[in-house]
Amino acid sequence: MSAVVNVNGIKRSGFARMFGLWLPLTVVGGWALVALTSPLLSIAPDHIELTRILAPPGLGGLLGADDLGRSLAERVLAGAQTSFIVAVWVVLVSAVLGTMVGMFSAYLGGRWDRVVVHIIDIFLAFPGILLAIALAGILGPGIENVVIALSVVGWVGYARLARAQVLSLKHREHVQAAVALGAGTGRIVFRHLLPLLMAPLIVEASFGIAGIVIAEAGLSFLGLGVQPPEASWGSMIRDGARYLLVAPHVVLVPGVALMLVVLSVNLLGDRLRDRLDVRNRN
Amino acid sequence: MHFFIARLASATVVIFGVLVLVFLLIHLVPGDPVEVMLGESARPADREALRISLGLDQPLLSQFGQYLGNVLSFDLGTSLHSQRPITDILLERIPATLELALAALLVAVLIAFPLGVMAAVRKDSGWDHGAMAVSLLGVSVPNFLMGPLLILLFAVWLGWFPVSGREGLGSLVLPAITLGSAMAAILSRMLRATLLEVLGEDYIRTARAKGLAPHVVIWRHALRNALLPVITLLGLQLGALLAGAVITEMVFSWPGIGQLIIEAIQGRDYPVVQACVLLISLTYVLVNTLTDLAYGWFDPRVRLGQAA
Repeated sequence: MSAVVNVNGIKRSGFARMFGLWLPLTVVGGWALVALTSPLLSIAPDHIELTRILAPPGLGGLLGADDLGRSLAERVLAGAQTSFIVAVWVVLVSAVLGTMVGMFSAYLGGRWDRVVVHIIDIFLAFPGILLAIALAGILGPGIENVVIALSVVGWVGYARLARAQVLSLKHREHVQAAVALGAGTGRIVFRHLLPLLMAPLIVEASFGIAGIVIAEAGLSFLGLGVQPPEASWGSMIRDGARYLLVAPHVVLVPGVALMLVVLSVNLLGDRLRDRLDVRNRN
Repeated sequence: MHFFIARLASATVVIFGVLVLVFLLIHLVPGDPVEVMLGESARPADREALRISLGLDQPLLSQFGQYLGNVLSFDLGTSLHSQRPITDILLERIPATLELALAALLVAVLIAFPLGVMAAVRKDSGWDHGAMAVSLLGVSVPNFLMGPLLILLFAVWLGWFPVSGREGLGSLVLPAITLGSAMAAILSRMLRATLLEVLGEDYIRTARAKGLAPHVVIWRHALRNALLPVITLLGLQLGALLAGAVITEMVFSWPGIGQLIIEAIQGRDYPVVQACVLLISLTYVLVNTLTDLAYGWFDPRVRLGQAA
Protein backbone atom coordinates (compact mmCIF):
# COMPACT_ATOMS: atom_id res chain seq x y z
CA MET A 1 0.00 0.00 0.00
CA SER A 2 1.13 3.49 -0.71
CA ALA A 3 -0.91 4.45 2.26
CA VAL A 4 1.31 5.78 4.99
CA VAL A 5 2.79 9.20 4.52
CA ASN A 6 6.48 9.53 4.74
CA VAL A 7 7.42 10.75 8.14
CA ASN A 8 11.10 11.20 7.44
CA GLY A 9 12.45 14.25 9.15
CA ILE A 10 9.55 14.49 11.56
CA LYS A 11 10.72 14.30 15.11
CA ARG A 12 9.00 11.52 16.97
CA SER A 13 8.11 11.86 20.59
CA GLY A 14 9.62 9.52 23.16
CA PHE A 15 6.27 7.79 23.39
CA ALA A 16 6.22 7.07 19.64
CA ARG A 17 9.81 5.80 19.72
CA MET A 18 8.91 3.54 22.59
CA PHE A 19 5.91 1.96 20.86
CA GLY A 20 7.13 2.32 17.30
CA LEU A 21 10.63 0.98 17.75
CA TRP A 22 11.86 -0.36 21.07
CA LEU A 23 8.84 -2.41 22.08
CA PRO A 24 8.42 -4.13 18.70
CA LEU A 25 12.18 -4.70 18.48
CA THR A 26 12.08 -6.40 21.86
CA VAL A 27 9.15 -8.59 20.85
CA VAL A 28 10.67 -9.63 17.52
CA GLY A 29 14.08 -10.12 19.12
CA GLY A 30 12.54 -12.27 21.84
CA TRP A 31 10.65 -14.29 19.25
CA ALA A 32 13.81 -14.99 17.26
CA LEU A 33 15.82 -15.74 20.40
CA VAL A 34 13.24 -18.22 21.70
CA ALA A 35 13.02 -19.90 18.32
CA LEU A 36 16.78 -20.26 17.95
CA THR A 37 17.52 -21.36 21.50
CA SER A 38 14.47 -23.51 22.22
CA PRO A 39 16.40 -26.76 21.75
CA LEU A 40 18.58 -25.55 24.62
CA LEU A 41 15.73 -24.40 26.84
CA SER A 42 14.59 -27.44 28.70
CA ILE A 43 10.93 -27.12 27.86
CA ALA A 44 8.50 -30.01 27.53
CA PRO A 45 5.60 -28.68 25.45
CA ASP A 46 4.13 -32.15 24.98
CA HIS A 47 4.27 -33.14 28.63
CA ILE A 48 0.76 -34.12 29.75
CA GLU A 49 -0.26 -33.51 33.35
CA LEU A 50 -3.79 -34.74 33.94
CA THR A 51 -4.17 -32.93 37.24
CA ARG A 52 -3.68 -29.59 35.52
CA ILE A 53 -6.29 -29.86 32.75
CA LEU A 54 -7.43 -26.34 31.77
CA ALA A 55 -5.66 -24.94 34.83
CA PRO A 56 -6.01 -21.14 34.90
CA PRO A 57 -2.99 -18.85 34.80
CA GLY A 58 -1.64 -18.07 38.20
CA LEU A 59 1.38 -17.66 40.37
CA GLY A 60 2.65 -21.22 40.39
CA GLY A 61 0.92 -22.23 37.15
CA LEU A 62 2.40 -19.41 35.07
CA LEU A 63 0.14 -19.18 31.98
CA GLY A 64 -2.06 -22.14 32.82
CA ALA A 65 -2.59 -25.39 30.96
CA ASP A 66 -4.57 -26.64 27.98
CA ASP A 67 -7.19 -29.37 27.69
CA LEU A 68 -4.57 -32.10 28.10
CA GLY A 69 -2.88 -30.38 30.99
CA ARG A 70 0.09 -29.28 28.92
CA SER A 71 1.80 -26.07 30.01
CA LEU A 72 0.60 -23.19 27.83
CA ALA A 73 3.77 -21.22 28.46
CA GLU A 74 5.93 -24.01 27.11
CA ARG A 75 3.60 -24.62 24.17
CA VAL A 76 3.65 -20.93 23.27
CA LEU A 77 7.45 -21.08 23.19
CA ALA A 78 7.35 -24.18 21.00
CA GLY A 79 4.79 -22.45 18.75
CA ALA A 80 7.14 -19.47 18.46
CA GLN A 81 9.74 -21.81 17.06
CA THR A 82 7.30 -23.25 14.51
CA SER A 83 6.19 -19.85 13.24
CA PHE A 84 9.75 -18.52 13.15
CA ILE A 85 11.11 -21.47 11.17
CA VAL A 86 8.26 -21.28 8.68
CA ALA A 87 8.57 -17.50 8.33
CA VAL A 88 12.33 -17.57 7.75
CA TRP A 89 12.22 -20.40 5.24
CA VAL A 90 9.28 -19.07 3.28
CA VAL A 91 10.73 -15.56 3.06
CA LEU A 92 14.11 -16.94 2.03
CA VAL A 93 12.79 -19.30 -0.63
CA SER A 94 10.17 -16.99 -2.09
CA ALA A 95 12.31 -13.84 -1.98
CA VAL A 96 15.30 -15.46 -3.68
CA LEU A 97 13.21 -17.29 -6.26
CA GLY A 98 10.83 -14.42 -6.96
CA THR A 99 13.58 -11.81 -7.19
CA MET A 100 15.59 -13.94 -9.63
CA VAL A 101 12.62 -14.55 -11.88
CA GLY A 102 11.52 -10.92 -11.77
CA MET A 103 14.99 -9.45 -12.36
CA PHE A 104 15.96 -11.65 -15.28
CA SER A 105 12.51 -11.42 -16.83
CA ALA A 106 12.58 -7.63 -16.84
CA TYR A 107 16.20 -7.36 -17.90
CA LEU A 108 16.01 -9.84 -20.76
CA GLY A 109 12.55 -8.68 -21.87
CA GLY A 110 10.93 -10.05 -25.00
CA ARG A 111 9.09 -13.34 -25.23
CA TRP A 112 10.49 -14.69 -21.94
CA ASP A 113 9.21 -11.62 -20.12
CA ARG A 114 5.73 -11.96 -21.62
CA VAL A 115 5.54 -15.58 -20.44
CA VAL A 116 6.64 -14.62 -16.94
CA VAL A 117 4.06 -11.82 -16.78
CA HIS A 118 1.33 -14.30 -17.68
CA ILE A 119 2.53 -16.77 -15.07
CA ILE A 120 2.57 -14.04 -12.43
CA ASP A 121 -0.96 -13.01 -13.43
CA ILE A 122 -2.16 -16.60 -13.17
CA PHE A 123 -0.76 -17.01 -9.67
CA LEU A 124 -2.26 -13.69 -8.63
CA ALA A 125 -5.64 -14.99 -9.80
CA PHE A 126 -5.79 -17.27 -6.77
CA PRO A 127 -7.06 -15.12 -3.96
CA GLY A 128 -4.99 -14.79 -0.80
CA ILE A 129 -4.00 -17.99 0.87
CA LEU A 130 -6.60 -20.08 -0.98
CA LEU A 131 -3.96 -21.76 -3.16
CA ALA A 132 -1.86 -22.43 -0.06
CA ILE A 133 -4.87 -23.98 1.66
CA ALA A 134 -5.51 -26.25 -1.32
CA LEU A 135 -1.83 -27.16 -1.71
CA ALA A 136 -1.29 -27.84 1.98
CA GLY A 137 -4.49 -29.86 2.01
CA ILE A 138 -3.41 -31.97 -0.92
CA LEU A 139 0.27 -32.37 0.03
CA GLY A 140 -0.74 -33.36 3.54
CA PRO A 141 0.16 -31.81 6.91
CA GLY A 142 3.71 -31.19 8.09
CA ILE A 143 6.03 -28.22 8.41
CA GLU A 144 7.81 -28.88 5.08
CA ASN A 145 4.55 -28.86 3.17
CA VAL A 146 3.51 -25.63 4.87
CA VAL A 147 6.77 -24.05 3.70
CA ILE A 148 6.25 -25.38 0.16
CA ALA A 149 2.62 -24.24 -0.02
CA LEU A 150 3.37 -20.74 1.27
CA SER A 151 6.45 -20.34 -0.96
CA VAL A 152 4.49 -21.34 -4.06
CA VAL A 153 2.14 -18.48 -3.24
CA GLY A 154 4.80 -16.12 -1.89
CA TRP A 155 7.32 -15.81 -4.73
CA VAL A 156 4.89 -13.91 -6.94
CA GLY A 157 4.98 -10.72 -4.91
CA TYR A 158 8.77 -10.53 -5.04
CA ALA A 159 8.82 -11.36 -8.75
CA ARG A 160 6.39 -8.57 -9.52
CA LEU A 161 8.27 -6.09 -7.36
CA ALA A 162 11.70 -6.98 -8.76
CA ARG A 163 10.40 -6.90 -12.32
CA ALA A 164 8.80 -3.48 -11.92
CA GLN A 165 11.95 -2.09 -10.30
CA VAL A 166 14.32 -3.46 -12.94
CA LEU A 167 12.10 -2.15 -15.74
CA SER A 168 12.53 1.35 -14.37
CA LEU A 169 16.24 0.89 -13.59
CA LYS A 170 17.61 -0.88 -16.62
CA HIS A 171 17.89 2.25 -18.76
CA ARG A 172 19.91 4.06 -16.13
CA GLU A 173 23.27 5.32 -17.24
CA HIS A 174 25.35 3.14 -14.98
CA VAL A 175 23.70 0.07 -16.45
CA GLN A 176 24.23 1.33 -19.99
CA ALA A 177 27.85 2.01 -19.12
CA ALA A 178 28.29 -1.53 -17.86
CA VAL A 179 26.73 -2.90 -21.05
CA ALA A 180 29.05 -0.74 -23.13
CA LEU A 181 32.03 -2.06 -21.17
CA GLY A 182 30.99 -5.57 -22.10
CA ALA A 183 29.68 -6.82 -18.77
CA GLY A 184 27.66 -10.04 -18.98
CA THR A 185 23.99 -10.34 -18.09
CA GLY A 186 24.68 -12.02 -14.77
CA ARG A 187 27.18 -9.39 -13.73
CA ILE A 188 24.85 -6.54 -14.61
CA VAL A 189 21.88 -8.08 -12.85
CA PHE A 190 23.73 -8.99 -9.65
CA ARG A 191 26.28 -6.19 -9.38
CA HIS A 192 24.48 -3.25 -10.94
CA LEU A 193 20.77 -3.89 -10.46
CA LEU A 194 20.35 -6.05 -7.34
CA PRO A 195 21.96 -3.54 -4.93
CA LEU A 196 19.43 -0.92 -6.03
CA LEU A 197 16.60 -3.38 -5.41
CA MET A 198 17.61 -4.24 -1.88
CA ALA A 199 15.71 -1.49 -0.06
CA PRO A 200 12.25 -2.22 -1.51
CA LEU A 201 12.89 -5.96 -1.25
CA ILE A 202 13.77 -5.71 2.42
CA VAL A 203 10.63 -3.70 3.11
CA GLU A 204 8.53 -6.21 1.18
CA ALA A 205 10.13 -9.09 3.08
CA SER A 206 9.53 -7.46 6.45
CA PHE A 207 5.81 -7.14 5.77
CA GLY A 208 5.95 -10.60 4.24
CA ILE A 209 7.04 -12.07 7.57
CA ALA A 210 3.89 -10.77 9.25
CA GLY A 211 1.76 -12.26 6.50
CA ILE A 212 3.48 -15.63 6.75
CA VAL A 213 3.15 -15.82 10.52
CA ILE A 214 -0.59 -15.27 10.08
CA ALA A 215 -0.78 -17.72 7.17
CA GLU A 216 1.07 -20.47 9.02
CA ALA A 217 -1.17 -20.04 12.05
CA GLY A 218 -4.18 -19.98 9.70
CA LEU A 219 -3.18 -23.25 8.04
CA SER A 220 -2.56 -24.84 11.43
CA PHE A 221 -5.90 -23.50 12.62
CA LEU A 222 -7.53 -25.36 9.73
CA GLY A 223 -5.61 -28.52 10.68
CA LEU A 224 -3.38 -28.24 7.60
CA GLY A 225 -0.20 -27.17 9.37
CA VAL A 226 2.11 -29.00 11.72
CA GLN A 227 1.01 -32.40 13.00
CA PRO A 228 -0.09 -32.81 16.61
CA PRO A 229 1.35 -32.96 19.17
CA GLU A 230 3.73 -30.38 17.69
CA ALA A 231 2.71 -26.90 18.79
CA SER A 232 1.63 -24.05 16.56
CA TRP A 233 -0.18 -20.90 17.71
CA GLY A 234 -2.87 -21.59 15.12
CA SER A 235 -3.62 -25.12 16.29
CA MET A 236 -3.51 -23.96 19.91
CA ILE A 237 -6.21 -21.40 19.12
CA ARG A 238 -8.29 -24.03 17.32
CA ASP A 239 -8.02 -26.56 20.15
CA GLY A 240 -8.72 -23.91 22.74
CA ALA A 241 -11.81 -22.58 20.96
CA ARG A 242 -13.75 -25.62 22.20
CA TYR A 243 -13.18 -24.57 25.80
CA LEU A 244 -13.85 -20.88 25.28
CA LEU A 245 -16.67 -20.89 27.80
CA VAL A 246 -14.77 -22.48 30.69
CA ALA A 247 -11.16 -21.59 29.94
CA PRO A 248 -10.76 -18.58 27.61
CA HIS A 249 -7.07 -18.30 28.50
CA VAL A 250 -6.31 -21.35 26.34
CA VAL A 251 -7.19 -19.22 23.28
CA LEU A 252 -6.01 -15.91 24.67
CA VAL A 253 -2.44 -16.98 25.47
CA PRO A 254 -1.42 -18.09 21.94
CA GLY A 255 -3.66 -15.36 20.49
CA VAL A 256 -1.84 -12.59 22.33
CA ALA A 257 1.54 -14.07 21.37
CA LEU A 258 0.55 -14.16 17.70
CA MET A 259 -0.87 -10.65 17.81
CA LEU A 260 2.19 -9.22 19.52
CA VAL A 261 4.56 -10.70 16.95
CA VAL A 262 2.47 -9.67 13.94
CA LEU A 263 1.87 -6.18 15.28
CA SER A 264 5.57 -5.74 16.08
CA VAL A 265 6.71 -6.96 12.68
CA ASN A 266 4.24 -4.61 10.99
CA LEU A 267 5.39 -1.66 13.11
CA LEU A 268 9.03 -2.39 12.30
CA GLY A 269 8.10 -2.73 8.63
CA ASP A 270 6.48 0.72 8.70
CA ARG A 271 9.55 2.06 10.38
CA LEU A 272 11.88 0.43 7.88
CA ARG A 273 9.88 1.77 4.96
CA ASP A 274 10.14 5.30 6.31
CA ARG A 275 13.83 4.90 7.00
CA LEU A 276 14.69 3.41 3.62
CA ASP A 277 12.34 5.88 1.94
CA VAL A 278 10.54 3.28 -0.14
CA ARG A 279 7.36 4.56 -1.72
CA ASN A 280 4.72 3.14 -4.03
CA ARG A 281 4.44 -0.17 -2.33
CA ASN A 282 1.49 -2.00 -3.83
CA MET B 1 -11.75 -0.11 -27.55
CA HIS B 2 -8.22 -1.44 -27.64
CA PHE B 3 -8.06 -1.32 -23.84
CA PHE B 4 -11.16 -3.47 -23.41
CA ILE B 5 -10.04 -6.11 -25.92
CA ALA B 6 -6.57 -6.31 -24.38
CA ARG B 7 -8.05 -6.64 -20.90
CA LEU B 8 -10.42 -9.42 -21.98
CA ALA B 9 -7.61 -11.25 -23.80
CA SER B 10 -5.40 -11.25 -20.73
CA ALA B 11 -8.32 -12.39 -18.58
CA THR B 12 -8.79 -15.32 -20.96
CA VAL B 13 -5.13 -16.31 -20.63
CA VAL B 14 -5.38 -16.10 -16.85
CA ILE B 15 -8.54 -18.21 -16.75
CA PHE B 16 -6.87 -20.84 -18.91
CA GLY B 17 -3.85 -20.85 -16.59
CA VAL B 18 -6.07 -21.19 -13.54
CA LEU B 19 -7.75 -24.19 -15.15
CA VAL B 20 -4.36 -25.80 -15.82
CA LEU B 21 -3.20 -25.29 -12.23
CA VAL B 22 -6.44 -26.52 -10.69
CA PHE B 23 -6.38 -29.53 -13.01
CA LEU B 24 -2.82 -30.31 -11.92
CA LEU B 25 -3.74 -30.12 -8.21
CA ILE B 26 -4.92 -33.72 -8.16
CA HIS B 27 -1.61 -34.87 -9.62
CA LEU B 28 0.21 -33.30 -6.67
CA VAL B 29 -1.30 -35.81 -4.28
CA PRO B 30 1.68 -37.74 -2.92
CA GLY B 31 1.57 -41.31 -4.20
CA ASP B 32 -1.43 -42.70 -6.00
CA PRO B 33 -4.38 -40.29 -5.71
CA VAL B 34 -6.90 -43.09 -6.07
CA GLU B 35 -5.36 -45.03 -3.21
CA VAL B 36 -5.21 -41.92 -1.05
CA MET B 37 -8.85 -41.11 -1.74
CA LEU B 38 -10.28 -44.58 -1.22
CA GLY B 39 -7.92 -45.79 1.48
CA GLU B 40 -5.65 -48.80 1.40
CA SER B 41 -8.39 -51.28 2.16
CA ALA B 42 -10.38 -50.50 -0.98
CA ARG B 43 -11.02 -53.34 -3.40
CA PRO B 44 -8.93 -53.27 -6.60
CA ALA B 45 -12.11 -53.22 -8.70
CA ASP B 46 -13.34 -50.07 -6.92
CA ARG B 47 -9.98 -48.42 -7.41
CA GLU B 48 -9.99 -49.22 -11.10
CA ALA B 49 -13.53 -47.88 -11.43
CA LEU B 50 -12.58 -44.60 -9.77
CA ARG B 51 -9.39 -44.34 -11.82
CA ILE B 52 -11.40 -44.67 -15.00
CA SER B 53 -14.19 -42.36 -13.91
CA LEU B 54 -11.63 -39.67 -12.98
CA GLY B 55 -9.87 -40.33 -16.29
CA LEU B 56 -6.58 -40.97 -14.47
CA ASP B 57 -5.83 -43.92 -16.77
CA GLN B 58 -5.55 -41.58 -19.77
CA PRO B 59 -2.46 -39.63 -20.84
CA LEU B 60 -2.17 -36.24 -19.13
CA LEU B 61 -3.02 -34.15 -22.18
CA SER B 62 -6.22 -35.96 -23.03
CA GLN B 63 -7.16 -35.85 -19.33
CA PHE B 64 -6.85 -32.09 -19.49
CA GLY B 65 -8.89 -31.92 -22.69
CA GLN B 66 -11.63 -33.90 -21.01
CA TYR B 67 -11.45 -31.72 -17.89
CA LEU B 68 -11.72 -28.58 -19.99
CA GLY B 69 -14.72 -29.95 -21.87
CA ASN B 70 -16.45 -30.96 -18.64
CA VAL B 71 -15.87 -27.60 -16.96
CA LEU B 72 -17.21 -25.76 -20.01
CA SER B 73 -20.40 -27.79 -19.79
CA PHE B 74 -20.63 -27.11 -16.01
CA ASP B 75 -19.88 -30.71 -15.18
CA LEU B 76 -17.46 -30.63 -12.25
CA GLY B 77 -17.57 -34.33 -11.54
CA THR B 78 -19.05 -36.33 -8.69
CA SER B 79 -18.27 -36.03 -5.01
CA LEU B 80 -16.62 -39.20 -3.70
CA HIS B 81 -18.12 -38.58 -0.31
CA SER B 82 -21.78 -38.01 -1.12
CA GLN B 83 -21.85 -39.47 -4.66
CA ARG B 84 -23.71 -36.38 -5.84
CA PRO B 85 -22.85 -34.05 -8.73
CA ILE B 86 -20.43 -31.41 -7.42
CA THR B 87 -22.24 -28.64 -9.29
CA ASP B 88 -25.36 -29.32 -7.20
CA ILE B 89 -23.38 -29.25 -3.97
CA LEU B 90 -21.75 -25.94 -4.93
CA LEU B 91 -25.11 -24.40 -5.82
CA GLU B 92 -26.37 -25.27 -2.34
CA ARG B 93 -23.39 -23.66 -0.68
CA ILE B 94 -23.01 -20.51 -2.76
CA PRO B 95 -25.85 -18.47 -1.14
CA ALA B 96 -24.32 -18.78 2.34
CA THR B 97 -20.88 -17.62 1.23
CA LEU B 98 -22.32 -14.84 -0.93
CA GLU B 99 -24.40 -13.60 1.97
CA LEU B 100 -21.38 -13.63 4.28
CA ALA B 101 -19.13 -11.88 1.75
CA LEU B 102 -21.65 -9.13 1.01
CA ALA B 103 -22.34 -8.56 4.70
CA ALA B 104 -18.59 -8.39 5.38
CA LEU B 105 -18.18 -5.90 2.55
CA LEU B 106 -20.90 -3.76 4.08
CA VAL B 107 -19.23 -3.94 7.50
CA ALA B 108 -15.88 -2.98 5.96
CA VAL B 109 -17.32 0.05 4.16
CA LEU B 110 -19.31 1.17 7.21
CA ILE B 111 -16.20 1.08 9.41
CA ALA B 112 -13.64 2.28 6.88
CA PHE B 113 -15.39 5.41 5.60
CA PRO B 114 -15.84 7.27 8.87
CA LEU B 115 -12.42 6.10 10.07
CA GLY B 116 -10.53 6.99 6.87
CA VAL B 117 -12.24 10.35 6.31
CA MET B 118 -11.78 11.36 9.93
CA ALA B 119 -8.10 10.45 9.84
CA ALA B 120 -7.52 12.40 6.62
CA VAL B 121 -9.47 15.50 7.65
CA ARG B 122 -7.77 15.72 11.02
CA LYS B 123 -4.38 14.63 9.79
CA ASP B 124 -1.70 14.27 12.47
CA SER B 125 -4.19 14.85 15.26
CA GLY B 126 -5.00 12.41 18.03
CA TRP B 127 -8.00 11.27 15.98
CA ASP B 128 -5.75 10.41 13.05
CA HIS B 129 -3.29 8.45 15.18
CA GLY B 130 -6.12 6.69 16.97
CA ALA B 131 -7.82 5.70 13.72
CA MET B 132 -4.57 4.40 12.23
CA ALA B 133 -3.75 2.49 15.41
CA VAL B 134 -7.17 0.82 15.21
CA SER B 135 -6.53 -0.05 11.58
CA LEU B 136 -3.08 -1.48 12.35
CA LEU B 137 -4.69 -3.60 15.04
CA GLY B 138 -7.28 -4.70 12.53
CA VAL B 139 -4.63 -5.98 10.10
CA SER B 140 -2.71 -7.68 12.87
CA VAL B 141 -5.56 -9.67 14.37
CA PRO B 142 -6.22 -12.61 12.04
CA ASN B 143 -9.83 -13.69 11.67
CA PHE B 144 -9.29 -17.04 13.36
CA LEU B 145 -8.44 -15.08 16.49
CA MET B 146 -10.95 -12.27 15.97
CA GLY B 147 -13.74 -14.84 15.57
CA PRO B 148 -13.26 -16.65 18.90
CA LEU B 149 -12.74 -13.30 20.68
CA LEU B 150 -16.03 -11.94 19.30
CA ILE B 151 -17.78 -15.19 20.21
CA LEU B 152 -16.41 -14.97 23.73
CA LEU B 153 -17.52 -11.35 24.18
CA PHE B 154 -20.82 -11.10 22.30
CA ALA B 155 -22.11 -14.67 22.30
CA VAL B 156 -20.83 -16.24 25.49
CA TRP B 157 -20.63 -13.32 27.92
CA LEU B 158 -23.23 -10.90 26.58
CA GLY B 159 -25.43 -13.45 24.83
CA TRP B 160 -26.42 -11.03 22.06
CA PHE B 161 -25.76 -13.30 19.10
CA PRO B 162 -25.63 -17.06 18.52
CA VAL B 163 -22.24 -18.76 18.87
CA SER B 164 -22.31 -20.42 15.45
CA GLY B 165 -24.48 -21.75 12.65
CA ARG B 166 -26.64 -19.98 10.12
CA GLU B 167 -30.09 -19.25 11.46
CA GLY B 168 -31.60 -15.82 11.07
CA LEU B 169 -29.98 -12.45 10.63
CA GLY B 170 -28.47 -12.47 14.11
CA SER B 171 -26.17 -15.33 13.23
CA LEU B 172 -24.71 -13.30 10.36
CA VAL B 173 -23.49 -10.41 12.53
CA LEU B 174 -20.39 -11.92 14.16
CA PRO B 175 -19.07 -13.72 11.04
CA ALA B 176 -19.55 -10.55 8.99
CA ILE B 177 -17.65 -8.43 11.50
CA THR B 178 -14.89 -11.04 11.72
CA LEU B 179 -14.45 -11.19 7.97
CA GLY B 180 -15.01 -7.48 7.35
CA SER B 181 -12.65 -6.08 9.98
CA ALA B 182 -9.38 -6.82 8.19
CA MET B 183 -10.72 -5.33 4.99
CA ALA B 184 -11.98 -2.29 6.91
CA ALA B 185 -8.47 -1.77 8.25
CA ILE B 186 -6.83 -1.82 4.81
CA LEU B 187 -9.62 0.20 3.26
CA SER B 188 -9.46 2.97 5.84
CA ARG B 189 -5.69 3.37 5.34
CA MET B 190 -6.14 3.51 1.60
CA LEU B 191 -8.99 5.99 1.90
CA ARG B 192 -6.95 8.24 4.16
CA ALA B 193 -3.99 8.21 1.76
CA THR B 194 -5.97 8.92 -1.43
CA LEU B 195 -8.06 11.55 0.32
CA LEU B 196 -4.92 13.33 1.53
CA GLU B 197 -3.59 13.28 -2.01
CA VAL B 198 -6.81 14.69 -3.45
CA LEU B 199 -7.05 17.33 -0.72
CA GLY B 200 -3.76 18.77 -1.94
CA GLU B 201 -5.11 19.43 -5.44
CA ASP B 202 -5.76 22.86 -6.86
CA TYR B 203 -9.47 22.44 -7.36
CA ILE B 204 -9.93 21.73 -3.67
CA ARG B 205 -8.17 24.99 -2.89
CA THR B 206 -10.50 26.70 -5.34
CA ALA B 207 -13.54 25.12 -3.72
CA ARG B 208 -12.36 26.28 -0.33
CA ALA B 209 -11.45 29.71 -1.61
CA LYS B 210 -14.92 30.30 -2.97
CA GLY B 211 -16.25 29.72 0.50
CA LEU B 212 -17.78 26.26 0.36
CA ALA B 213 -18.42 24.67 3.72
CA PRO B 214 -15.69 22.21 4.78
CA HIS B 215 -18.03 19.22 4.77
CA VAL B 216 -19.20 20.06 1.24
CA VAL B 217 -15.59 20.20 0.07
CA ILE B 218 -14.86 16.83 1.62
CA TRP B 219 -17.97 14.88 0.73
CA ARG B 220 -18.82 16.45 -2.64
CA HIS B 221 -15.48 17.39 -4.15
CA ALA B 222 -12.74 15.35 -2.56
CA LEU B 223 -14.37 12.03 -1.79
CA ARG B 224 -15.75 11.68 -5.28
CA ASN B 225 -12.28 11.64 -6.78
CA ALA B 226 -10.80 9.56 -4.02
CA LEU B 227 -13.41 6.90 -4.64
CA LEU B 228 -12.06 5.34 -7.84
CA PRO B 229 -8.85 3.88 -6.39
CA VAL B 230 -10.83 2.76 -3.38
CA ILE B 231 -13.27 0.86 -5.59
CA THR B 232 -10.35 -0.83 -7.37
CA LEU B 233 -8.96 -1.82 -4.00
CA LEU B 234 -12.35 -3.26 -3.06
CA GLY B 235 -12.16 -5.45 -6.15
CA LEU B 236 -8.65 -6.60 -5.31
CA GLN B 237 -9.51 -7.15 -1.67
CA LEU B 238 -12.42 -9.35 -2.63
CA GLY B 239 -9.86 -12.11 -3.12
CA ALA B 240 -8.64 -11.79 0.46
CA LEU B 241 -12.26 -11.72 1.51
CA LEU B 242 -13.07 -14.97 -0.29
CA ALA B 243 -9.97 -16.70 1.10
CA GLY B 244 -10.71 -15.28 4.56
CA ALA B 245 -14.22 -16.69 4.26
CA VAL B 246 -12.72 -20.18 4.39
CA ILE B 247 -11.36 -19.60 7.89
CA THR B 248 -14.32 -17.51 9.06
CA GLU B 249 -16.78 -20.19 7.94
CA MET B 250 -14.80 -22.78 9.89
CA VAL B 251 -14.85 -20.62 13.04
CA PHE B 252 -18.61 -20.09 12.92
CA SER B 253 -19.68 -23.40 11.30
CA TRP B 254 -21.10 -21.32 8.47
CA PRO B 255 -22.30 -23.74 5.78
CA GLY B 256 -20.64 -22.14 2.75
CA ILE B 257 -18.01 -22.92 0.15
CA GLY B 258 -15.19 -22.38 2.65
CA GLN B 259 -16.47 -24.99 5.04
CA LEU B 260 -17.05 -27.32 2.08
CA ILE B 261 -13.43 -27.04 0.91
CA ILE B 262 -12.05 -27.91 4.35
CA GLU B 263 -14.48 -30.80 4.79
CA ALA B 264 -13.45 -32.05 1.36
CA ILE B 265 -9.75 -31.80 2.26
CA GLN B 266 -10.35 -33.71 5.49
CA GLY B 267 -12.36 -36.35 3.62
CA ARG B 268 -9.82 -36.50 0.77
CA ASP B 269 -12.62 -35.67 -1.62
CA TYR B 270 -10.20 -34.02 -4.07
CA PRO B 271 -12.62 -33.41 -6.97
CA VAL B 272 -14.65 -31.23 -4.58
CA VAL B 273 -11.48 -29.40 -3.48
CA GLN B 274 -10.65 -28.72 -7.12
CA ALA B 275 -14.14 -27.46 -7.85
CA CYS B 276 -14.16 -25.09 -4.87
CA VAL B 277 -10.76 -23.63 -5.71
CA LEU B 278 -11.85 -23.19 -9.31
CA LEU B 279 -15.10 -21.50 -8.36
CA ILE B 280 -13.48 -19.04 -5.94
CA SER B 281 -10.60 -18.18 -8.29
CA LEU B 282 -12.85 -17.68 -11.31
CA THR B 283 -15.14 -15.43 -9.28
CA TYR B 284 -12.12 -13.41 -8.27
CA VAL B 285 -10.79 -13.12 -11.82
CA LEU B 286 -14.23 -12.13 -13.08
CA VAL B 287 -14.73 -9.42 -10.46
CA ASN B 288 -11.23 -8.05 -11.03
CA THR B 289 -11.69 -7.91 -14.78
CA LEU B 290 -15.05 -6.17 -14.36
CA THR B 291 -13.49 -3.68 -11.92
CA ASP B 292 -10.73 -2.94 -14.40
CA LEU B 293 -13.16 -2.51 -17.26
CA ALA B 294 -15.35 -0.24 -15.18
CA TYR B 295 -12.31 1.76 -14.17
CA GLY B 296 -11.32 2.18 -17.81
CA TRP B 297 -14.87 3.17 -18.65
CA PHE B 298 -15.03 5.88 -15.99
CA ASP B 299 -11.49 7.19 -16.25
CA PRO B 300 -10.27 7.91 -19.78
CA ARG B 301 -6.67 8.22 -18.54
CA VAL B 302 -6.66 4.47 -17.83
CA ARG B 303 -8.30 3.57 -21.11
CA LEU B 304 -5.88 5.63 -23.15
CA GLY B 305 -2.85 4.24 -21.38
CA GLN B 306 -1.90 7.39 -19.53
CA ALA B 307 -2.64 5.83 -16.20
CA ALA B 308 -2.21 8.33 -13.43
